Amino acid sequence: MNGFAKPLLVVAAVVLLALVPALMPGYFTSLATLTLIYALLAMSVDILAGYAGRTPLCHGAIFGTATYVVMYYVTTAGGNSWLALPLGLAAALAVSFIFAALAVRTSGVYFLLLTLALGMIVWGVCLRWTSVTGGENGLRGNSRPEILTDPIVFYYFVLAVGLAAAFVMWRFVQSPFGLTLKGIRESESRMRSLGYNTTQHLLIGFLFSGLMAGLSGVLYAYFNSFVSPSTVALAQSVKGLLMVIVGGVGTLFGGIVGAAVIIGLENVVSSVTERWSMVLGGLFVLTMIFAPHGIVGLLRSYLARRAGR
Amino acid sequence: MDRRTFVTSGTALSGLAAFGAFNPALAQGSGPIRIGLLTPLTGVVASGGKEIAEGFNLYWDQTGRKIGNRAVEIVVEDDSSNPDIALQKARKLTEQTKVDFLIGNLLANTGLAVAEYAKTNGIPYFIPVIAADDLTQRKRIPNVIRIAGYTASQMPRPLADYAYKKLGLRKIVTISQDYTFGHEQCGGFAQVFTELGGSIVAQHWNPLNTQDFSPYIAQIQSAAPDAVFAMETGADATRLIQQWSNFGMKGKIRLLGAQNSTDQSVIRTLGAEAEGIISSAHFAEGNDAPATQKFVAEYQAAYKKLPSIYGFSHYAAAMWLAESIKTIDGNVQDRPRFLDAVRKTVLTGSPLGRPVRLDEYGNPVYDVFIRDVVKRPDGSYWNKPIETYPNVSQFWTYKPEEYLKQPSYSRTFQGIKKA
Repeated sequence: MNGFAKPLLVVAAVVLLALVPALMPGYFTSLATLTLIYALLAMSVDILAGYAGRTPLCHGAIFGTATYVVMYYVTTAGGNSWLALPLGLAAALAVSFIFAALAVRTSGVYFLLLTLALGMIVWGVCLRWTSVTGGENGLRGNSRPEILTDPIVFYYFVLAVGLAAAFVMWRFVQSPFGLTLKGIRESESRMRSLGYNTTQHLLIGFLFSGLMAGLSGVLYAYFNSFVSPSTVALAQSVKGLLMVIVGGVGTLFGGIVGAAVIIGLENVVSSVTERWSMVLGGLFVLTMIFAPHGIVGLLRSYLARRAGR
Repeated sequence: MDRRTFVTSGTALSGLAAFGAFNPALAQGSGPIRIGLLTPLTGVVASGGKEIAEGFNLYWDQTGRKIGNRAVEIVVEDDSSNPDIALQKARKLTEQTKVDFLIGNLLANTGLAVAEYAKTNGIPYFIPVIAADDLTQRKRIPNVIRIAGYTASQMPRPLADYAYKKLGLRKIVTISQDYTFGHEQCGGFAQVFTELGGSIVAQHWNPLNTQDFSPYIAQIQSAAPDAVFAMETGADATRLIQQWSNFGMKGKIRLLGAQNSTDQSVIRTLGAEAEGIISSAHFAEGNDAPATQKFVAEYQAAYKKLPSIYGFSHYAAAMWLAESIKTIDGNVQDRPRFLDAVRKTVLTGSPLGRPVRLDEYGNPVYDVFIRDVVKRPDGSYWNKPIETYPNVSQFWTYKPEEYLKQPSYSRTFQGIKKA
């Protein structure tokens, strides 16, 4: 890709996203809002999976913890919706810290399984601690700040927050610190012998990733005004990871593409056939075979080949 | 048209289209009535979800998908037994498909999620299977009505009364799935039973999808109660009833069931293990009433099985909707009038064979049967009424205002009266 194409592509994408409410009002705007929220979750997963080489299965739990805190604070405790935002983020950060402290020393399949188990604990707590979490039924009630009530205004709010967060994440992975994460992915022992405190670096990377997952969880609470254990369930973590895989691991913005594809399919295919989960499954298999680096990875190599010709 | 006018008029047109100015005139009074049916066609309760669609469709197929001369269009969406997806599908049906109202869902959490959406959006939402007590009690939503449905705690109360007075039982153990639907059913049973003077010696809460009930059965055996009240749904109910019989408990300690435990969706896969379990419900497929038997025969002809509570509830709900929409000449766009018509409708032609009306909280008042599982001539089993409790509302014999002052049933609050 030449020097112009990339910024141009970004500008075009942003303009397109900004036009969504005008071009496709109503339901599609809410679908796009949901896509943006999940894109944020997917990107946060990608920071760990793609850059630090640690595939987490607990981000649904971190995401959902923030959602629960917002819902509890606004509906049960009667707090302010805006104040719920930092509280949700703090909760996500706290949970991430505990997870990270336990998990960063492991790697590979052990990291995967450990984060899976930690995520399941959160799910178990949400299911059983009925007096606070409402158990199976969850928590309901309007948690969205008043000025964001209109779906179009809310869309732009999510878009603005999402773009800012995406920019910060992009800066994060491009920064020297981000490069150390990449270094750890390639060879942790070598990074350690070079004098890096890899554990600390992974911890910070995990916390940042958790914070972003928490941010999307807060937005999800605003969006849905509802939370139940399915929001923190393993399926949620898996969904985030699948979005990354479909979009392209280690491409960051692949998360946006993956989220759009999966949310789109989930909602479009399901109205055509009740076997929509089979279609999704087929898509994952095909992605793994024909585009192991995801859609963005595929595009990149295609463009690189054309440029090289 | 020169280029400039083309550009300006084109822009203006697309602007108009974007803001939907072309739409609103279309809807009034003509065109089909669009119904959004949400039901779990995949996920843990998919089999019940299919029966929801079957029951609902059966009615419309019988009536030619018409109310008066208005066509009826049914759009089915799969909620995947997941509240997040249910919510997303409710949005889709309302905002994109532009249905006139929503109906359905099976699991309480999916129903509660959609109800919350209906509350903010204002779209009428009907819940024939969602039994969460508070939707027609402490947290009522004006546009959410439980036509042809029931509250969880409503049905076990007559059974508690029957168990104490007619069966002479005094010591009972409850076993139930550990979630709100179970807490509420057990609460209804335990409160009435203890207020009459009986005692609940122990309450066991098993997690959903319990494979092995032997630890619970052992504990029940050592508690030696007069009877056990079991509140299980789906595969858990099948397993409990099977294991109860395998462990030789059948015939030693009497088994009472919540209506779900002996619903057709459970006992159609069982044999003699299920025989003799007493339960209570407004619907009994073995009822001799001609209206019930007509429905059972029609359902059997269409789907080759006896109807379950899911199929029945949605069949009756479809009838309820059709009856009330007739009274307002199909004008479902006028939501307050439509909701009012639904509330006022007294359903006479339902498979129950008895008139059903809503109480002022939007929950039906039923004649509730005490049912016994008996063998049919063809070897399958069904629920046969052995006693009737007329006019059972969600408040039983309590005064609504006073009843609503007590907390909702939960694991920790079961309404148990201390002796």
